Amino acid sequence: MLTCKEVTHLLSEGQDRKLTVAERVRLEMHLLMCTGCSNFRKQMDFLRKACRRYIHSLPSGKQD
Amino acid sequence: MLHETMAALPACPSLPAMTAAFDAETLSSIRRDLLRFARLQLRDDALAEDVVQEAIAGALAGGREFAGRSALKTWVFAILRNKIVDAIRERSRSINVSALSAEEEAMDETFDSLFKPNAHWQPELAPAAWGDPEAALDQEQFWAVFESCLKHLPANTARVFMMREFLEFDTDEVCSELKISTSNCHVILHRARAGLRRCLEQNWFADGGTSC
Repeated sequence: MLTCKEVTHLLSEGQDRKLTVAERVRLEMHLLMCTGCSNFRKQMDFLRKACRRYIHSLPSGKQD
Repeated sequence: MLHETMAALPACPSLPAMTAAFDAETLSSIRRDLLRFARLQLRDDALAEDVVQEAIAGALAGGREFAGRSALKTWVFAILRNKIVDAIRERSRSINVSALSAEEEAMDETFDSLFKPNAHWQPELAPAAWGDPEAALDQEQFWAVFESCLKHLPANTARVFMMREFLEFDTDEVCSELKISTSNCHVILHRARAGLRRCLEQNWFADGGTSC
């Protein structure tokens, strides 16, 4: 079984490369049972979204 | 389509009006925003000044016409991105991105301290729900916290993270530009994300995300 620490690495890598089927299965199994890691996943997704918003709002000046 | 629109305009667009649209104030506000971004990326104020100056000069020298401030800013920003990438590329020849600084080691220790010896979360330190984080995206104060968290990342960690997330390189490109291994690239990106997560949690989401 994956440890929570390993899960955080997989969740981060999942933003940078395609995870293998085996990795995804183990990841999802862990996430089903682990609230801390599920929250970590949502927060990683949020971070990506915030970065996109930051960079795309910069040129148009919405942040002024 | 663009040409049709242009053709529909009066034959002689007023050049003075066009120039006046980009008065000193407009340019200096664009400059300020882009400088903030370049400083975050480059961690070198003098170099940031240079690239922003060059980008603005480049955009204006191109002889293009811009339909307003935001079109000009978008164009300058596109030039700026390329200039930042060049500067990072240039600099990556002289710095060793994979060398761990004391700050980076400290980040790893802080991250490790969230876990029990068996590498599962310490119950009281496990990531808690952030409520409705999307709401933060519309709050000006959130972006100040976001930028300050970015500023607190160690320089090399920040460089890798920002190339990936802000300059939108593929991970493979980041690794090859900075001459680091793919696995090291993943480690650095994880360090950056985990650090930013923690920083946002402590400085924004700790009290339910309603205030700073």
